[in-house]
Amino acid sequence: MAKAFNRTYTHLQAITKATVSLKASGAANDELATVGGKLAQVVKTKGDTVTLQVFSGTEGIPTDAEVSFLGAPPTLKVSEQLSGRFFNAYARPIDGGPEIEGEEREVGGPSVNPYKRRQPSELIPTGIAGIDLNNTLVSGQKIPFFADPDQPYNQVMADVALRADVDKIILGGMGLSNDDYLFFRQKFESAGALDRIVSFVNTTEEPPVERLLVPDMALAAAEYFAVDKNEKVLVLLTDMTLYADALSIVSNRMDQIPSKDSMPGSLYSDLAKIYEKAVQLPDGGSITIIAVTTLNDGDITHAIPDNTGYITEGQLFLRADSDSGKVIVDPFRSLSRLKQLVQGKKTREDHSQVMNAGVRLYADAQNAKTKLENGFDLSDYDLRCLDYAREYATRLLSIDVNISIEEMLDTAWEIFAKYFSPAETGIKQSLIDKYWKK
Amino acid sequence: MNTTGKVTGIVSNLVTVSFNGPVSENELCMIELAGTKLLAEVIKVNGNSASVQVFESTRGLKNGDEVEFLGKMLEATLGPGLLSSIYDGLQNDLTTMTGVFLKRGEYTDPLDHEKLWDFTPLAAPGDKVVAADWLGEVKEGWLPHKIMVPFSFKGEYTVKEVAPAGQYTIDTAVATLISESGEEVKVTMVQKWPVKVAIKGYASKPRPQKIMETGVRCIDTFDPIAEGGTGFIPGPFGCGKTVLQHAIAKQGEADVIVMAACGERANEVVEIFTEFPELIDAHTGRHLMERTTIICNTSNMPVAAREASVYTAMTICEYYRAMGLRCLLLADSTSRWAQALREMSNRMEELPGADAFPVDLSAIISTFYSRAGMVVLNNGKTGAITFIGTVSPAGGNLKEPVTESTKKAARCFYALEQTRADQKRYPAVSPIESYSKYLEYPEIMEYLDEKIEHGWIDKVLKAKNIVRKGREMADQINILGDDGVPISYHVAFWKSELVDFAFLQQDAFDDIDALCPMERQKYMLDLIMDICERDFNFEQFEECRKFFQQLINTLRQMNYSEFKGEKFMEYQQQLTKLLS
Repeated sequence: MAKAFNRTYTHLQAITKATVSLKASGAANDELATVGGKLAQVVKTKGDTVTLQVFSGTEGIPTDAEVSFLGAPPTLKVSEQLSGRFFNAYARPIDGGPEIEGEEREVGGPSVNPYKRRQPSELIPTGIAGIDLNNTLVSGQKIPFFADPDQPYNQVMADVALRADVDKIILGGMGLSNDDYLFFRQKFESAGALDRIVSFVNTTEEPPVERLLVPDMALAAAEYFAVDKNEKVLVLLTDMTLYADALSIVSNRMDQIPSKDSMPGSLYSDLAKIYEKAVQLPDGGSITIIAVTTLNDGDITHAIPDNTGYITEGQLFLRADSDSGKVIVDPFRSLSRLKQLVQGKKTREDHSQVMNAGVRLYADAQNAKTKLENGFDLSDYDLRCLDYAREYATRLLSIDVNISIEEMLDTAWEIFAKYFSPAETGIKQSLIDKYWKK
Repeated sequence: MNTTGKVTGIVSNLVTVSFNGPVSENELCMIELAGTKLLAEVIKVNGNSASVQVFESTRGLKNGDEVEFLGKMLEATLGPGLLSSIYDGLQNDLTTMTGVFLKRGEYTDPLDHEKLWDFTPLAAPGDKVVAADWLGEVKEGWLPHKIMVPFSFKGEYTVKEVAPAGQYTIDTAVATLISESGEEVKVTMVQKWPVKVAIKGYASKPRPQKIMETGVRCIDTFDPIAEGGTGFIPGPFGCGKTVLQHAIAKQGEADVIVMAACGERANEVVEIFTEFPELIDAHTGRHLMERTTIICNTSNMPVAAREASVYTAMTICEYYRAMGLRCLLLADSTSRWAQALREMSNRMEELPGADAFPVDLSAIISTFYSRAGMVVLNNGKTGAITFIGTVSPAGGNLKEPVTESTKKAARCFYALEQTRADQKRYPAVSPIESYSKYLEYPEIMEYLDEKIEHGWIDKVLKAKNIVRKGREMADQINILGDDGVPISYHVAFWKSELVDFAFLQQDAFDDIDALCPMERQKYMLDLIMDICERDFNFEQFEECRKFFQQLINTLRQMNYSEFKGEKFMEYQQQLTKLLS
């Protein structure tokens, strides 16, 4: 950063927990500054008053703190040296290694011209049937896990990342507990995958507003590998709920009128700016984003999961299943919007019909369960549905499954035949003729 | 000389500017940021300070930066070549932009100025003409694209000269007109029009007269939309809003389709321009892209241009309507547009209405919807804009300001249900909640009586009632148990399931089932209603379930087979056998 042009001030006019205001001239929107040595960014100018958001909080900042404007928005130095490294939210190494050398790039830059995008068409197999069979992932997709805080979402995400066939994995950790941070580190190391991983981590021990930098840093690194190196990049963002909480802290301190659930009115655009970085590029590179949005007791109508759902291409909903005693990918609430781009095209022709029949029968089982709970007699069909549901959940929906898509389809046909007649599945006759297990 | 000013404050893309001359509401201005010019629009004036919304990122902008006001509002450029184009919200051609990333301040021309068009004159010297009258025509794809007297012309003109048939560029003067005061004006093939002002230039705006077919059974039969009508599709995420809208775009019976992707996913736009050039329009046999214009302001593109995108799209439709064409405008999603208004209102520190939306939201929405409609042109020909918007209600709750305001403005309501989507009953349009006001229009009733069969609407209402009754029965069965209700309850329930599975549900990804023409819809509904009108006696409910499941399965196989083809007839025979 060009120190020669620093403009320095020493009189703050207002201090809140997240922002400071002062009289200054020539400040550019989004420009970085330091306030008493802490990194800050211009978020508002009004006349000669400039408001700065201080990333690490304003604790201990005096009214005579020295403010220096740095003349540029946040940047990241990019080069191959990023591989295998762990950084904090400011892209400083936290793994004891040396600083990165490379080209300095602005983070949170412009978006890809929609016309230059290509339609995502490459399957990302994960081995988990709740994903591959029912909610197939495609490169260039953006999709979050919706999970309650007690679900093993970070473990599932790490598994998915390590099994996916990608060139780089970029972890953006926001408000990760130190334990989870060490979990990721250890998991990546023991998989021998460290050289294809770059991590930007903000732990719970660090100030929340710093988190706002993490997705931009992670995605700037992702764009470097995907655009410059034509690589397939998978970005993991966990936990986006904590990111949104940090947004609401800042907007609150700036006296903005909150909309639903005390979130800023711009939440949709703020989240979209991040998720829309997922792209299939014309020259083969791609950025796929898998995120985590933690829920409050499964409530997806809260503003954070709700806005996320409208932006992302589906969601993977984790829940504990009492029938099978396992954590499953909920087939009702989960959805991959891009699945039809690969189902039956990159996978077997019966994929989409098998998927739909499986879920529909599982829904019938839920109805039977309601009847059972209400104390009614169950019909023969109801009983078969219940048995089917248990086996379907255990052998296919559970997150500890790790088989190929062919095997998933065969398993589904096998279970269908065990409990139902062909007509009860409602599958196209030509497929029944070919695949029905007699 | 134009008014100029300087930046005095910045919050995200809301910039305040002090200025030195006259400034009008919605006037455009250019803000100079280190050599790059950023387009912005005045949204509020107070004393000599204007609040402007910038259509680009304001990163790096400083107080004191220079601003130049342009003395005009945001305009659409109208002329041959609009179809099969892909524009951003400000009508910049996205296909001619260089670079993979969008560059701030890069504005491209919406039309090709080099291309030659085959012009045929329609007016003759001495003709008296007014704004929107036809002077000539060029072929745009297979559509006759009329060259009109510019909409901005006031009063009557006399044609002095029209260019002879031949090939011209859009900038060639193809006609010379003389105004009432004797002034001579040249008319080219291009004209401009401010997007926020409705284009009039027609004789009258009658009530809709006919139905626009979409090939989607739950719409065409159950809740049809009129040509020149308005409708909206609200629903929680994941309920199939976009799939349904794309199906309508692919199959809608219209000459021109304008799709406004407003604050939605970029990959959905990619899907349109990847698939549409390959797909064939069932009505004309031509490539779908030839009749389609895409206006795209995806969710990561500048927020202020979202609002502009829906207006730009509507203006393009109005332009084609004035040529006597039938246009279909699809906007996905109008909630994002409302949210853009909210963000701005919030930054201007206006007093908020419900859910922090601006208080005039309802008025803005209804004014916009009112621009759709069928019109009779000055020459007696008709044109129409059918408008279908999607709404993305927060938390799937329909009691929120955007849904409520839209409900007041739109005549058709296609409610998407979470429970239907959960059970993969697609399209998840609720047969109970949804409605089409057009079914009550005498004009439409008469049209359907003639086009399909006398008493069609009664049949549809009967089918609706079967579904409604089935729901009540399902509730009873759930409360009292399978054995606790008479068998007739089960029969009524399964009749409704029959209508649901065999008629309302439709596979948008199956080549045959996706598009169901009206003739086929009638055929299937007749078959189904014939079954529903029969009395059935079963010993026990389990037998009833099995019987109906067989019927449903056979009817679904028919839906997957070519209409009246060999397979289709085979299944129909099976059906007859089952019923005898």
